[in-house]
Amino acid sequence: MAVDTIPGSLPGPASGNARDKTNAAIQKSIRRRYAAERRFKIYGVAAILFGLAFLAVLFWSIISTGYTSFVQSSFKLDVLLDRSVIDPSGQKDPNALRSADYTLLARKALATALGADTANRRDMREVGQLLSRDVDVEIRNEVLANPSLIGKTIPVWVLASGRVDNLLKGQLDRDLPAAVRKISDQQLAWIDKAEAEGRLVKRFNTGLFTNGASSNPETAGIGVALVGSLFMMMTVLLLAVPLGVAAAVYLEEFAPKNFWTDLIEVNINNLAAVPSIVFGLLGLAIFINFAGLPRSASIVGGLVLTLMTLPTIIIATRAAIGAVPPSIREAALGVGASKMQAISHHVVPLAMPGILTGTIIGLAKALGETAPLLMIGMVAFVVEYPTSPMSPSTALPVQIYMWATSAERGFVERTAGATLILLALLICMNLFAVILRRKYERRW
Amino acid sequence: MLKMPNLEVHQPDAVKHDTKVSAQDVNVYYGEKHALQNVSVNIPDRSVMAFIGPSGCGKSTFLRCINRMNDTIPIAKVTGKIIIDNQDIYDPSLDVVQLRARVGMVFQKPNPFPKSIYENVAYGPRIHGLSHSKADLDEIVGASLEKAGLWKEVKDRLNDPGTGLSGGQQQRLCIARAIAVNPEVILMDEPCSALDPIATAKIEELIDELRQNYCIIIVTHSMQQAARVSQRTAFFHLGTLVEEGNTTDIFTNPKDQRTQDYITGRFG
Repeated sequence: MAVDTIPGSLPGPASGNARDKTNAAIQKSIRRRYAAERRFKIYGVAAILFGLAFLAVLFWSIISTGYTSFVQSSFKLDVLLDRSVIDPSGQKDPNALRSADYTLLARKALATALGADTANRRDMREVGQLLSRDVDVEIRNEVLANPSLIGKTIPVWVLASGRVDNLLKGQLDRDLPAAVRKISDQQLAWIDKAEAEGRLVKRFNTGLFTNGASSNPETAGIGVALVGSLFMMMTVLLLAVPLGVAAAVYLEEFAPKNFWTDLIEVNINNLAAVPSIVFGLLGLAIFINFAGLPRSASIVGGLVLTLMTLPTIIIATRAAIGAVPPSIREAALGVGASKMQAISHHVVPLAMPGILTGTIIGLAKALGETAPLLMIGMVAFVVEYPTSPMSPSTALPVQIYMWATSAERGFVERTAGATLILLALLICMNLFAVILRRKYERRW
Repeated sequence: MLKMPNLEVHQPDAVKHDTKVSAQDVNVYYGEKHALQNVSVNIPDRSVMAFIGPSGCGKSTFLRCINRMNDTIPIAKVTGKIIIDNQDIYDPSLDVVQLRARVGMVFQKPNPFPKSIYENVAYGPRIHGLSHSKADLDEIVGASLEKAGLWKEVKDRLNDPGTGLSGGQQQRLCIARAIAVNPEVILMDEPCSALDPIATAKIEELIDELRQNYCIIIVTHSMQQAARVSQRTAFFHLGTLVEEGNTTDIFTNPKDQRTQDYITGRFG
C-alpha cells in the first residue's frame, strides 16, 4: 500500500513504505558510524603501540650500553709499603708521604704477582699500563690514614686501566691484530693469568657513585654532581615551595579579580612555557653579573631552577585550592572562622595532596634540567666535593652532558649508566607523588 | 485604653516574643542586578520564621545577609539596616567574625569538615577559645551533639570521620557544629532539600525543639515544611517581600493574590 509522500514533507508514521526507507537509511548510517568508531580505536591503539615501541628502544639502548658501568675491573694486590720509597727520611712528614711514588709500589706488586721481571723496564711499562693512572691515590689514602702500615704488606683492591676494563667487558675484540688492539700479547697473557687466579675481577663500581670528575673513565663518578644536585634541590625546596604556595593562596583566595590579577595569571601561565635556557640567561644577568654570586655555584643553579619551578608550583597549587569545594569554606566561615583560619585550617590541608604532587613534579623537572645550568657555568670539571652551596659544583644532568661529549668507551657506558641513575631518581620522585596523592586523597 | 492586638487571637499557641532580628529597607545588588528590593521584616526571638517563595526570589540572598555571608561574594552590595539586639550588623565597627559566632548557619547540602565527628563540633569552640580544658571541650561537644539529637547515634564513634555518617546524620552534625559556639540566631538554608523524608522528619522535630532557645530562620522550598515547623512565614517573589505574617494566616488567609497563587500551586 504505497502512499505517495509529498516531496519535502516528513514521512508519516503510518506509511509502511516510508518507514522501511527510514529504517534502511538508519541501518546504513549505523554501519558507517560503527566503522568510524572502530577506525578511531585502531588509530588510538596504533599510536600507543608506536609510543611504547619508541620507549622500549630508548630503554633497551640505554640499559644495554649502561649496565656495564655498574661494575669495574679491579686487581687484588698485596702491596709492600716499602719504607725506602715512601718515607726514606723516616720522619713521617705528611708532605713527603703525600708526594711519594705509590704508582711504583703498585706496579711492583702487580709485576710480582704476574711473574714479570721487575728489573726489565719494558715489562714494567707494560705492567703499568694495566693499572689505572689514579692507582696511587688509593694506596696513598691507605697510608695517610694509617702511617704505621709503612714497611708492611697490605692487601688492596686497585682499579685496572680502562683498556683492561674494556677487554673484560667484551668491548675490546681480543682477536684483532696486536698492533690495533691497544693491548700487547704479553699483556693479554698476564690479564688471562690474573683472571684465572681470581686476582682480576669485576667488582661493584662504588666509585661511580662517590667519585668526582676525572679524565680517566675508570675513576670518573657522579658523586660530586649528586651533591651539587642535592644542594640545588634543597634551594628549590626552601625557596620555591613557600613562595609558590603563598603566591597561589593569595591569588586564589585574597586577590581581587581585576585587570592586574588577570595579567599576572596570564603571565604565570606563560612563564611555565618559557624555554628553560631563558631562565639561565636571566640567572647569569641577575645572580652572577648583577648580584655578584660566584659562577658554577650550586646556589645560583638553585636560584635559577627556583625561578623555573615557581610557575609549575603556583599553577598546581591554585588548581588544588580551587578544587576544594566552596561548602568547606562556607562551613568554616559559618562557625565564625576568620578568612585566614578557614584557609589555613581547612582549605590548604585539603589541597595538600595536590600541592605536594605539583611540588614534587616541579622538583623532578628541576632535577633533570640542564640548559639553564650551562649558562651559569655549571659545566665544570669538579673533582672536589662542594662543601657549601657557594662552592663550585656540577649537576647530574650536566655531568651526563659532559660525559656524552667524550669518546672513550668508559665514558660512553658511564653516560648511559648516569642516565639510568637519573631516570631512577625521577621515577622514584614521581612514584612518591603518586603514593602521596593516593594516601591523602579524600572524598567530600 | 490600649486595644488588644489581633495577633494573639489568630495564633493562640504562639507566645509573643520580642523582636530578635529586624531588617529595614534591605537592598542587595549583585553587580547590576537588583536582587533584593526594600525588604523590611521583624523576626521574633525563640520561634521559627520560614522564608518561602519560588526559585530566585531572593529568600536565600536575604538569609545570607543576616550573617553577612554575602560579604564573601565580591560583587554583592548590601544597603539598608539589619539590627540584631539593637545593633546594626552592617555597622563598620562590628566584627564579622563575632557576628558569625552569634548567628550560626546550616547549609543546604550537609558540609561536615573531612575530620572526625568530635573535631567537627569542637572546631568552633576551639577557634573562639570557649573552652579552657579538654574536659570543657568534651562537655561542649557532648551537649551540642545531645541538643542536635545525634549523641546516642555517635557517642561510641566520636573519632570516626564526620563524612562517613548518613546524609541526615551529617546535617544534624552540622547543626551540632553550629550550636556548639552558642549562637543566638540559627539560619537554615533549605536544610532538608538533600535528605529523605525520614531524615527530614527528624530535622523538623529538632528544629521544633531548638526554637525553645534560639531564634531560627529557615528557607524552604516545601510549603508543607514551612507550615509544619514555623510560627511565622514570609513570602518572597521576584526580589521583594510580598507578605509576612503568622504561618496559619499566610496559608489559610493570604492577603496578596501572588501569595494565594503560590500556595495553591498556580506558579513556582
